[in-house]
Amino acid sequence: MARIGVFVCHCGENISATVDVKKVAEAASRIPGVAHSVEYKYMCSDPGQQMIRNAIREKNLTGVVVAACSPRMHEPTFRRACAEAGLNPFLCEMANIREHCSWVHEKSEATTHKAFDIVRTLVAKVKRNKALLPIKVPVTKTALVLGGGIAGIQASLDIANSGHKVILVEKEPSIGGHMSQLSETFPTLDCSQCILTPRMVEVAQHPNITLHSYSELESMDGFIGNFKVRIRKKARSLDEKLCTGCGLCVQKCPSKKISSEFDAGLGLRPAIYVPFPQAVPNKPVIDREHCTYYRTGKCRLCEKICPTQAIRFDQEDEIIEADIGAVVVATGFDIKHGDFFPEYGYGKYKDVIDGLQFERLASASGPTLGEIRRPSDGQVPQTVVFVACAGSRDPAKGIEYCSKICCMYTAKHAMLYKHKVHHGKPFVFYMDIRAGGKMYEEFVRRAMEEDGVQYIRSRVSRIYERGGKLVVKGADTLLGSRPLEIEADLVVLATAGVAQAGAEQLAQRLHVSFDAHKFYAEAHPKLRPVETNTAGIFLAGACQAPKDIPESVAQASGAAAKVAILFSQSELVREPLIAVVDRQAPPLYSSCVGCFLCQPSCPYQAIEKEEIRDRDGQLIKTIAKVNPGLCQGCGTCVALCRTKSIDIQGFSHEQVYAEVLALLNRGEDNV
Amino acid sequence: MSDFNPKIVAFVCNWCTYAGADLTGTSRMKYSPQVSIIRFPCTGRIDFMLLLKAFASGADGIIVSGCHPNDCHYSSGNFHARRRWIVFRSLLDFLGIDVRRVRFSWVSAAEGAKWAQLVNETAEQIRLLGPFKRYHQLRGLGVE
Repeated sequence: MARIGVFVCHCGENISATVDVKKVAEAASRIPGVAHSVEYKYMCSDPGQQMIRNAIREKNLTGVVVAACSPRMHEPTFRRACAEAGLNPFLCEMANIREHCSWVHEKSEATTHKAFDIVRTLVAKVKRNKALLPIKVPVTKTALVLGGGIAGIQASLDIANSGHKVILVEKEPSIGGHMSQLSETFPTLDCSQCILTPRMVEVAQHPNITLHSYSELESMDGFIGNFKVRIRKKARSLDEKLCTGCGLCVQKCPSKKISSEFDAGLGLRPAIYVPFPQAVPNKPVIDREHCTYYRTGKCRLCEKICPTQAIRFDQEDEIIEADIGAVVVATGFDIKHGDFFPEYGYGKYKDVIDGLQFERLASASGPTLGEIRRPSDGQVPQTVVFVACAGSRDPAKGIEYCSKICCMYTAKHAMLYKHKVHHGKPFVFYMDIRAGGKMYEEFVRRAMEEDGVQYIRSRVSRIYERGGKLVVKGADTLLGSRPLEIEADLVVLATAGVAQAGAEQLAQRLHVSFDAHKFYAEAHPKLRPVETNTAGIFLAGACQAPKDIPESVAQASGAAAKVAILFSQSELVREPLIAVVDRQAPPLYSSCVGCFLCQPSCPYQAIEKEEIRDRDGQLIKTIAKVNPGLCQGCGTCVALCRTKSIDIQGFSHEQVYAEVLALLNRGEDNV
Repeated sequence: MSDFNPKIVAFVCNWCTYAGADLTGTSRMKYSPQVSIIRFPCTGRIDFMLLLKAFASGADGIIVSGCHPNDCHYSSGNFHARRRWIVFRSLLDFLGIDVRRVRFSWVSAAEGAKWAQLVNETAEQIRLLGPFKRYHQLRGLGVE
């Protein structure tokens, strides 16, 4: 006879405000098989867990149901408490009466009744739970870092310095990411490249780091500690081993008028190019779309002049396979481009640019060598308008969130402009100034007070051209919404930070979830900010949400620490919630008839064939067998099996049918 | 029909819809209390015989929901569920069950509001359809 303990939690008032917890505990005590039923203010607290441990020992419980929050929140907590009291942790279940009941319904009898229904359902399930032993799997101590921006660089260096191997994959020809494009960084105004490029070189030289630039993740299989990845190394059209990076080909290439991605479209580059002089690796790549040879079949000038004969026009993409134990996703962000702002003339007027383009104008390595000259005619602009929140915090544009970095970089832009054009007039249109961060508020104050940047609290309704000037229309909301117009020579839009274009496809390859804006979802917004819901995959930087450099670096180090923790164990313990094929005594041996319909349904190739032989070696039958190392416990084979010969531990047929019956008050256990 | 409180069983996957329903809770959105959730690892695990069992046991409506196509935690479980649903749907008429009593949907972990809406819509639909009694008379005949 089962001896189940039911522990109903008030969760402070989170549950007890709408659910009559006393009634639920009292009604649960009458369910056949329930030997103990109590309620308490905080079950997850230490005294709460102690109650459970004591009850297990004193009442000799065979199963525990904790009616509290979501199992996604505290199942590990309570299972651990049970294990400490000597009860197999898999004999503990949680009845979710908070997220699925008390928080979503008004205080009423129906709500209390539903809470009890949930408890009764889980009691019926837990009676059929079986004691399970965890599965141990080995760990491959190599990390894959996706993205070579500052977050990926930091994560790679930290993991590599803790003594583990790292494979760093960057889709662009060079690592560096957005940070390498920046001129100077807030709030210290130190030059971005000066602090970044030494790190890039460190990555290239680190004995524990293998860098695959101009590469992308093709596919990933497996599970925590045992991922198998395929990396597509795109054809650079040259032999990287032979190339010395002398740059002769880049100088001589005849097609030179290609818009430079690195200069955000403001500069030009040849068809064979290195994105920027400090690139790592400093080896060129041929842009096959624009190269004369690939377009017309003629030219091959670079091949002729290359001193080491490194050019390979016939090179093909290469697939590299690797075994990986953990993944850090640091694929970064993008900013909104294109026809997103027709009312601002963005894309129509050459002198309406975005923040990243201004960074290039202000950068000493940029197309104007650091002089602020507007793109249309190369003149130094006398009046510059900076528009903060261009797209951010704007539900009408579909972006409700704050892009976080724009307030600070706009202040920086205005400041840099003023430092370079002393007589110039910078205006900033803003909604609110969000300068939370060490020395951030002081920085914005400095822009206003020392550099005389004019801040106008207004949104911009329209930008249009009039007599060679860009008219910016707004209304000063601090002066009674007085309409105002400013004639500017250059307009800089702090466009919203958004997820990378391929974020969704990558998420699907990695099986990680993302939010409504395609930013990757962390496992818990407060307590597990660097983990994803997929074990062994961690997040760093702006792929999770817009972030500035210090935050990205901090999160990258956090993710690296998580990887190091994982790699500090020689084997991992996995939950045994996996499928098993029925085995029984002769003469049947197994109810499996060997149709193997389950085999193609398994996404993990975990189903193998097993031959059952008698003692003379005569084949009796061939049946399915689940490889416990590969099975991830999705249960697709279970629902598919015609003879119901496969069952899944933790969600067995017996358990789920009992749940349905109990929920509908039709089981043998009903009150 | 105003005093009719439908019984709706929701079969959901652990990774998307269960988490989505958790989000509905953490966002404190309100929905109809007539639905109860049963957690599965994946919609691919859901044996559609369970739906019949639920109807036979007194359910008036059923929700099946998991990850959106291509977002399955196990990469393909939700496609198996969808295929099964397509076949099962054509069987419902034969079984004497109004197809509107079963709601097949995708709710991701980020769609707390969608979950509340789905439940409310389904509850409303089932309220209009009334109680499902067809199988009750079979009880005691050993058929259920």
